[in-house]
Amino acid sequence: MSNRQLRSLSSALEELSRSAIPVLAGGTDFYPALRDAPAPDRVLDVTRIAGLQGVEKTAGGWRFGALSTWTDILNEPLPPAFDGLKAAAREVGSVQIQNAATLAGNLCNASPAADGVPPLLCLDASVELASVRGTRILPLDQFILAPRSTALASDELMIAINVPSISDHAISGFSKLGARRYLVISIVMACITLEADEQDRLVSVRISVGACSAVATRLRKLEHVLLGQSIQDDLVSLVTPALLSGLNPLSDVRGSADYRLIAAGQMIGRLLASGLHTLLHGRRQPAQCDDTEVDT
Amino acid sequence: MTPLEPSLFESTPSIGAAQPIRFTCNGAQVDACGSPAQRLSSVLRDHCDQRDVKIGCNAGDCGACTVLVDGKAVCACLTAVGQVAGKQVDTLRGLGASDELMQQLQRSFLSCGAAQCGICTPGMLIAAVALLRQSPQPSEQAVKDALGGVLCRCTGYRKIIRAVMQATQSMQSPLADGPPAIRAQQSAAQPSVGVSITRLDGWPKVSGTDTFGDDVAPADARLCRLLRSPYHHASFELGDLQAFVEQHPGIDCVLSASDIPGENRFGVIPPFIDQPVFAQRHTRFRGEVVAAIIGCADKVEALLPEDFPIVWNELPALLDPFEAQQDGACQLHEHAARNVLCEGRVQCGDATASLERAVSRVSATFTTGFIEHAYIEPEAGFARRVGDTLEIHGCTQAPYMNRDSLARIMDMEPSALRIVPSSVGGGFGSKLDLSFQPYVALAAWKLGVPVRIAFTRQESMQSTTKRHPAHMQVEIGIDEAGRVCGFRFDGVFNTGAYASWGPTVANRVPIHASGPYYTPDYSARTVGVYTHSAPAGAFRGFGVPQAAIAQESLFDELAEASGMDRLEFRFLNALDNGQRTVTGQRFESSVGIRACLDALRIPWQQALRDAGQFNESARASGSPLRRGVGLASGWYGCGNTSLPNPSTIRSGIRADGVVCLHQGAVDIGQGSNTVIAQIFADTLGVPVEAITLIDPDSTLTPDAGKTSASRQTFVSGNAARLSALALRAMIARHTNCTTITQLEIAGASLTVNRDQPDTASISLSDLPANDLGYVFMAEGSYDPPTRPLDENGQGEPYALYGYAAQMVSLDVDTRLGTVTLDRVTAAHDVGRAINPNLVEGQIHGGVAQGVGLALMEEFIPARTENLHDYLIPTIGDIPPVDTVIVEVPDPHGPFGAKGLGEHVLIPTAPAVLNAIAHASGARIRSVPATPERILSAINTGRGAN
Repeated sequence: MSNRQLRSLSSALEELSRSAIPVLAGGTDFYPALRDAPAPDRVLDVTRIAGLQGVEKTAGGWRFGALSTWTDILNEPLPPAFDGLKAAAREVGSVQIQNAATLAGNLCNASPAADGVPPLLCLDASVELASVRGTRILPLDQFILAPRSTALASDELMIAINVPSISDHAISGFSKLGARRYLVISIVMACITLEADEQDRLVSVRISVGACSAVATRLRKLEHVLLGQSIQDDLVSLVTPALLSGLNPLSDVRGSADYRLIAAGQMIGRLLASGLHTLLHGRRQPAQCDDTEVDT
Repeated sequence: MTPLEPSLFESTPSIGAAQPIRFTCNGAQVDACGSPAQRLSSVLRDHCDQRDVKIGCNAGDCGACTVLVDGKAVCACLTAVGQVAGKQVDTLRGLGASDELMQQLQRSFLSCGAAQCGICTPGMLIAAVALLRQSPQPSEQAVKDALGGVLCRCTGYRKIIRAVMQATQSMQSPLADGPPAIRAQQSAAQPSVGVSITRLDGWPKVSGTDTFGDDVAPADARLCRLLRSPYHHASFELGDLQAFVEQHPGIDCVLSASDIPGENRFGVIPPFIDQPVFAQRHTRFRGEVVAAIIGCADKVEALLPEDFPIVWNELPALLDPFEAQQDGACQLHEHAARNVLCEGRVQCGDATASLERAVSRVSATFTTGFIEHAYIEPEAGFARRVGDTLEIHGCTQAPYMNRDSLARIMDMEPSALRIVPSSVGGGFGSKLDLSFQPYVALAAWKLGVPVRIAFTRQESMQSTTKRHPAHMQVEIGIDEAGRVCGFRFDGVFNTGAYASWGPTVANRVPIHASGPYYTPDYSARTVGVYTHSAPAGAFRGFGVPQAAIAQESLFDELAEASGMDRLEFRFLNALDNGQRTVTGQRFESSVGIRACLDALRIPWQQALRDAGQFNESARASGSPLRRGVGLASGWYGCGNTSLPNPSTIRSGIRADGVVCLHQGAVDIGQGSNTVIAQIFADTLGVPVEAITLIDPDSTLTPDAGKTSASRQTFVSGNAARLSALALRAMIARHTNCTTITQLEIAGASLTVNRDQPDTASISLSDLPANDLGYVFMAEGSYDPPTRPLDENGQGEPYALYGYAAQMVSLDVDTRLGTVTLDRVTAAHDVGRAINPNLVEGQIHGGVAQGVGLALMEEFIPARTENLHDYLIPTIGDIPPVDTVIVEVPDPHGPFGAKGLGEHVLIPTAPAVLNAIAHASGARIRSVPATPERILSAINTGRGAN
């Protein structure tokens, strides 16, 4: 970072350190939350802070500037492990929303149905939080605490999302179930990342589900059961309700808890089947739940 | 405002600094003042006068405000004006003037009929131009992905997709160079009836110059904001309003019930007028108005509701119509014991006896929820006092009815009010009732300055009328031959807190619940019940779509019971010419339901075969998908039920040869401006391009009635025809011709029967002109012939009915319960298609609303008061729609035409439900058929495949 960029960020952080001031980035959650009221007098617009834009390959992986929009993600050449994230990007609202909404905003808004969280959990993402006190890095699953609640202190700004290096052989898929095609909040989301070794054994399995618990979550028990299994076997039958016990969905206007659990199981099974198929046949193909309403 | 130290924020501008923000808007430099956090949408509209940027939701849910910022499509309502500093903003008006691609799109939208009401058109065009810049020949999927963020409630999206895909292909467009030119000299008229001319009011819609309710107020108008009940049911006490005004500089006044000069009541059906303009002491639904605050816009907008001097006391609410009918239930209105608004009844023969001897009978209970109209234009307008006249401008479907209702509220003569409808950004029934009008009327009259208002999306959804939730118990029996013998229908309709059109629903449903089928023994009863919910009123079909869900679902079960094909079962039972309807009416030549079913027979058999093959291979491959095909019919009586329903249309020829049509039938997107002009032009014998339209205005256009009940083409069309005939008769007298076979107006010279022995010419400028400047002027009035219904609902409620049959092919994911629509085929008997492209547009739009009713829509007060919790179909949810226009002329219709506006929605939802059942076995009796309900029906055995 150049001095000027540092100064820009530092001036924003100084402002945040003095008083709680609402932060504005893409605006796609900020303005709806106002519910037609005029915007507050004091708002910190972070969209011109240099150094928060862009995606870079780092020694340890990838660094997504906090201002990366969903459109930026879609336009970025990334390895197949990011296909789930890209599929999620295409499902965020609409093109207008994808052009404005930022990855960091999606995380800071902390909706249980945030489209970005399941794929980023599958990428073992962490977030970089800056304040005048310094910078700290938190794993994503420690950042989002509860619906609409995060570990972000009032003087902190998220400046980047970091994803550790991941094998070029890892594949990923994402599926979103909604009640219509576009502009829809998920009933259930699921994401999967898989990698197999040369003996066709799964050496990496990451599965996450959104909108089925207060905070989107990885299904570690299920991952553990699948890890080391042969991709030539019928692994879909291993996706049992007991292994989804990490999920604790609510019932709301979009769907009941029971339905969400059933749908989550189906979606994981299909993503797994599709992912295994891709691994077996060596085709680089985003694993998609292509027979739900959610296609790409 | 707390200005921040600018040096701190040289490159991290903290919005709050009060410097002007400089950006480029449509090529011109703009310096915007005020907070940099203001929404770009409001700055573009109010500061830059770019009224083509429409505000539909203020939340990114509808996309109407889509603009380009440095070439990228964004929602202006989600963008801070400070964020576009130094950037280039393009709106439709700017691109339309300068961008060739946009001009191609505009022409394509116009010629394809992709704009109906036009409120979403700017957003659609901007999203489309962003796509075409990257991909000039996009696929259908690419168009959907690019336009998925803009909602449209009128078109069903199919013509929009076509318009975008065809935009860059060279087309023979009659309008290749912009708006249609008026031909100076009229020669032999080509018939326009039956021709898909582009809509006469289309160019302003695609160019961004059309003005809707929120676009018409003068810049200096004060703003009116309404204070509404936050509870379903509450009592309240207003505090010291005078002190509140004094403490808030910039607030002119606060109005409440005591300020109303006349009656503090409004409604639409005289014996049932029960809704207060301002609630007094207690409110009966969430969103009910208690006070209006008027003042400078920025001061009014900045007020916090909690600062208003009012004390609320929440009371227990009755939201369920069955609870509301219980003994001891809180009574909403003094006049309505057990909260019953009214009852409706049609009875012929002996349904009970007939059901008892039926060979097969089926019965079930069906429920539907509140459905929100969800037009993209929230209610908006302004009022001003001009001398002793009170003018109200804004969106409405019923100018004269509004005028008379406002006259009672204002205690004024109706003639002292002038209603000037703006363009209407979708109506579908809800803009028949008063909404914003009384508040701005009262405020402008009292203050003597113009006063404007625009409902927020939440206000619009909370407070305006909805489709009635229905609870319907239906039993139908058939004889050995598979003919319907007995039919019983009992429906409870939740009319919400006030009557609105509840009585109409209660009356219409029993008349229509048989469907367009011969039903000898029939008993249908309805009851409308008050609850503490938003008033339910008119919505495309007045209860008939709900009844069709029940009847058409059970018809599938009866077909199955009788072992007949579902289409053939309907054909067998379809009403024929000369057969009595359930009200005892007989039509000798105009019953079109068999023709509609006939038109579907080949696609139906094909679709059944396709579904069979699809399912065979799905089973073989282990796919969870199952394809199903469903069918449903519908009918709808055009115009008021057994009540007078006249329209009057004035026309005139000026001394300079200009032919004017005072077209008072409000065009809410459906096309009456065009269709009525076509009927008039062909009757008079002049080209339709020669007609100058005088838009609805209660001082300029006679009463053409309401835009409702599928009546404008039929009733106002007939009035226009009679007006043209009267003009011809005058011309015949002046030219001494007994018959006019040909008419020609060239400037002031009018010639009849050129090249014939009795040809004659007159100079119009030699004739005396009347007060309105016409040398010939005529008014035509038409009132459909109906007869009253007796105590059993027997009589002739309508002069004519229109008929429809639709089939749907879809796929059900039997493990997730999701539905993917494959294709809709819609056959509609319109008598005569005055403008086939507009007919098709109505069909597409009705199908889309039917899809919403079937699969996703349900308004839940306090829970779905926005367009992301209340879902309407997007461009990705509507499959290809094949339309089959059937023409069985009606002797009463102009050129044989029947109404269409409501018929288009009625069969869709039951056809979808029947297709779901065919695919998966899941019989869904409560809509919407959400994935969860479908999966549950499959898993509980009502869906074993």
